Amino acid sequence: MLLAAAGAIAHGQSGSPEIYAIQNATIHTASGPIISSGTIVVRNGLIESVGSGADVPAGAWTIDGKGLHVYPGLIDALSRWGLPPAADAPASRPAAAPTAARRGGGGDDSPSNVQFQDDGGPEERPSNTSWLKAADLVQPNDPALTAARNAGFTTAVVFPPTGIFAGQGSALNLGGGRAGDMVVSSPVGQFLSLSVRGFTSFPGSLLGSIAYVRQVYLDAAHYKSAKAMYTQNPRGLQRPAYDRALEGVLESPRLLLPASRKVEIDRMIRFGRELKNPFVLYGGSEAWRAADSLKAAGVPLLINLKWPERDRESDPDVVDSLRTLEIRENAPAGPAALAKAGVRFAFYSGGVERPADIRRAVKRAVDAGLANDDALRAMTLDAARIYGLDDRLGSLEPGKIANLFVTDGDWLAEKTAVKMVFVDGKKFEPAAGGQTNGPA
Amino acid sequence: MDRRKFLRGFLLAPLAAFAAGEVTVIRNAKILTVTKGSFDGSILIRDGKIAEVGPTVTAPADARIIDAGGQYVMPGIIDCHSHIGTEAVNEGTVTVSSMTGIEDTVDPEAIGIYRALAGGVTTANILHGSANAIGGKNVVIKMRWGKGAPEILLEGATPGIKFALGENPKRRGGGDSGLGGRLRYPATRMGVEDVIREAFTDARAYKAAWDDYRTRAAKGERLIAPRRDLKLEPLVEVLEGKRHVHAHCYRADEILMLLRVADEFGFKIRTLQHVLEGYKVAKEIKEHGAGASTFSDWWSYKMEAFDAIPYNAALMHKKGVLVSLNSDDAEMMRHLNQEAAKTIRYGGLTDVEALALITINPARQLAIDNRVGSIEAGKDADLVIYDKHPLSNYAKVQKVFIDGEMYFDRDKDMSERAVKAARRRQLTEKQKAAAAPARPAGGGRRPQ
Repeated sequence: MLLAAAGAIAHGQSGSPEIYAIQNATIHTASGPIISSGTIVVRNGLIESVGSGADVPAGAWTIDGKGLHVYPGLIDALSRWGLPPAADAPASRPAAAPTAARRGGGGDDSPSNVQFQDDGGPEERPSNTSWLKAADLVQPNDPALTAARNAGFTTAVVFPPTGIFAGQGSALNLGGGRAGDMVVSSPVGQFLSLSVRGFTSFPGSLLGSIAYVRQVYLDAAHYKSAKAMYTQNPRGLQRPAYDRALEGVLESPRLLLPASRKVEIDRMIRFGRELKNPFVLYGGSEAWRAADSLKAAGVPLLINLKWPERDRESDPDVVDSLRTLEIRENAPAGPAALAKAGVRFAFYSGGVERPADIRRAVKRAVDAGLANDDALRAMTLDAARIYGLDDRLGSLEPGKIANLFVTDGDWLAEKTAVKMVFVDGKKFEPAAGGQTNGPA
Repeated sequence: MDRRKFLRGFLLAPLAAFAAGEVTVIRNAKILTVTKGSFDGSILIRDGKIAEVGPTVTAPADARIIDAGGQYVMPGIIDCHSHIGTEAVNEGTVTVSSMTGIEDTVDPEAIGIYRALAGGVTTANILHGSANAIGGKNVVIKMRWGKGAPEILLEGATPGIKFALGENPKRRGGGDSGLGGRLRYPATRMGVEDVIREAFTDARAYKAAWDDYRTRAAKGERLIAPRRDLKLEPLVEVLEGKRHVHAHCYRADEILMLLRVADEFGFKIRTLQHVLEGYKVAKEIKEHGAGASTFSDWWSYKMEAFDAIPYNAALMHKKGVLVSLNSDDAEMMRHLNQEAAKTIRYGGLTDVEALALITINPARQLAIDNRVGSIEAGKDADLVIYDKHPLSNYAKVQKVFIDGEMYFDRDKDMSERAVKAARRRQLTEKQKAAAAPARPAGGGRRPQ
C-alpha cells in the first residue's frame, strides 16, 4: 500500500489529517451502482465526494486504492458491544426480605408470624429499566469495540440487554475517544424481551409478560395525557405521580419486539400494532416462512446472525422434531426470502461473538440465495434506514458520516483482509496487515 | 413441485380438498345427530355449513361426494377444558392474573392441535391454569390446523375467565413447596374467598370511578380520566354478564362458597370445572344455573380429589345440571368418546346422553350451540367420521371436517409418515455432521 502525502498535511485533533482521498478503488456505495475505479474524498469526518472523476482537493492525504474495495462501515443493528458485563436482572424495587404484610390479616397468621409477599403486578414495574440509555453506559475502552472495528464495523446500535423493558438503544460510532464522541443518535428505541422471572415474581410466564407490556403502554399513554393536562393548567387537578419507567417508554422513538418463529412474528406484528408505537422485530429464525406476513404489515426485521444449529454437546441419540430440523435447515435462507418479497431487514451479531464469524454467518445467507449487495445493505444502509439514520449513515454519499472500510477483496471472501477502517473520518489500521475473514 | 416446499406444505397445511364454498355430500353414513336422532343417511355441506341432513338430501349434480361406506358420522367433539395450543398456561405469580389472556399466547402450530383433531375434537375451551383464585382470560378455538392464531379462534364466542378454588390457589409457597422460598397469599380456602371478594369489590369501585368520570366529563368538567386497569376490566365484564366464569373446583364446600359469593355480587358462574364432588351439591348447582364440566373417572391425585365417584356426571345430569366431560389433558383429549362411553356403565346414560356430554352440552356451556355441537341444518359442518360406533373402544377417527373443510384424513396421515421420517433422518444426519468439529482442535478432540 502506498501512502503519499500531497502537499501540506493538515492534522486533525488526533494528529491525523483532516482530508483523505482514496483513489482508483472499487467503491461499493450501497446506495447506487458499484464504481469500478473511483475516488472517495473524506474531509473533517464527513464524505465530501464519491465518484469516478471526483477531484482530489489540495492538502489531502491520498491513498492508492488500486486493487482495493471501499465499503460503507458495517453496522451491528442490535448490539451489546461496549457495555459492561450483564449484571443480575434489575429489580425496580429491591427484592429484599419480606415486607410487612400488605393483606391477609396483618400477617399474624401463626406463631411464626408468617408474612406474605404479594409481588404485585404491572404496577410495580418489575424487570424495567426503560430509562437507561446505552450512550450513558458505554465503556469506550471495551476491547470488543476495537475487535469489531478491525473487522469493518464502524457503528453499533447498542441496547441495554437486561430485563423486559431493558432500556434505550444508542447508535454509537466505534471510533473510541470520549463516550459522548461516539454517539450518533440516542435514544433510538426501547428494547423489550418478554422474558419471565420464574414462578414467584411477576411476570412468571409469557402470558404475564405480554399483559405487562400492554399495561405499561396503556399507562404511558395515560401518563402522557395526564401530564399534558396538568402542565397546561395544574389548578384543580391532582398531580400525576412521576414514573421513570413510563418516562423511558415515552422517550423511545420505537420499540424492539422479540420474534423468531413465524408464530411469534405474526403475534408480535399484531401486538406491536396494538401498542400504537413504531416497532421493529428482532430474531427471525423462521423468517423464511414469514416474508408474506412481514411484507403485508410493512414491519422491518432484525435478523440474528447466530443461525440455529444442533448443539455440539447434545446427546447424539436425541432426534429432534422435524420442525426443529427444518428451522435449522432453512434459517439462513430467510434473508433471501425477505429480499425477494421486498421486506426491510438488517443483520445483528446476536450470539455470534467474534467479528470474523459475523461475516461468515452473513456468507451463509448469501450461499442460501441472498445477493451480495443485499447482504451489504443489510449491514449498512438498511440498518440505518430501520433506525431513521440513513440521512447520515449507511452508504457512501456526499455529506454522510465518513464511516467506511477498505479491503483487498470481496468483503465476504474468506481470505479478504480489512486494510483500513474510517470512523468519523478517522483512519484506523487493523494490526498485522489486516484482519481476514479466516479463522481467528 | 420442489420437494422441500412440498414437505413444508404438508407439515402445516389444512387438507384443502374440500374448500368452503363448494357443495359436499357425505353419504352412506350412520348419522348420530345427538339432538335430532340417529339414522342412515346423508349430509349436504354448503359454504362450510350443514345445509341439509336426512335419510336423503337433494344434492346438485356437481357436488363432491364422500362415501362414508356405512361408517359413523357424529358432531365434532368439544372439549370444555384444555390447555393445548398455547405457549403459556399459568401466570401464577399474582393472586389475580385477570390481566392475562390465552389469546396472547395461542400457538396455532402446537402439535397438540393436530393430535386433538385426530381424536375427533374440533372445538376446545383453552383455559388459563389454576394457580390463582382469579386467573386469566380463555379462548375458544377450532382445530383449524394450518391457519394463523386469529383464524383458529371461534368467531363470536363469549369471552371467559378462569377461577380456581382449593389447593392450587392456596399453595402459599415457602420451604420445599416448589414455588420457591417466598410466600404468597392466600394460604387457605378462606383466603381464596377473600381474594375473590376483594377483586370484585375493587372491580365495582373501578366501574364506579369510570361511570363517575364519564358523567362528569359529559357535563364538560375538566378531569383526568381514570387509568385503564387490565386486571379489573375483565371483572367488570363478569359483573355485567359479558364474560363467562369457568371455575376450577373440587369440594362441595368450596363450590357452595363460590356460588354464594357470585350470588352476592350478582354474577353467574357459567361452568364449574372438575367439580368432582358436584354430585353432593347438584341441586344447588342447578339452582344457580351453573354448568358442570367433569372427568369421567379421574381422581385421587390430591387430597381434595379423593371423594369422587364415576357416577358424578350421570348423577348431576339426572338432577338437571348441564354436564359435560372434559380432558384437561392433551392425551385424554384424543379419546373423549371413550370417556363419554363410561357414563353408560357408570350411571346408565343412553348413547345419546353420553355423546351429548362431549358435543351439545359443552357447546351450550360455552354458548356456542348456535354454531356447533350437533348435526343440524344451519350449524357449522364440524363432523367426525369414525369406522365404528364412537362409543366403542375400537372406534378410530377416519376423517375430520371443520367448516366443511377436511382437516384430518387418517389415510393421508398414514401415507405421509414414511416421507416425513425420511426427511427427518436426512436432516438429522446433515446437522449432526455440521455440528461435529471440522478438525481436531489444538487442545485435542472432544470426547465423542
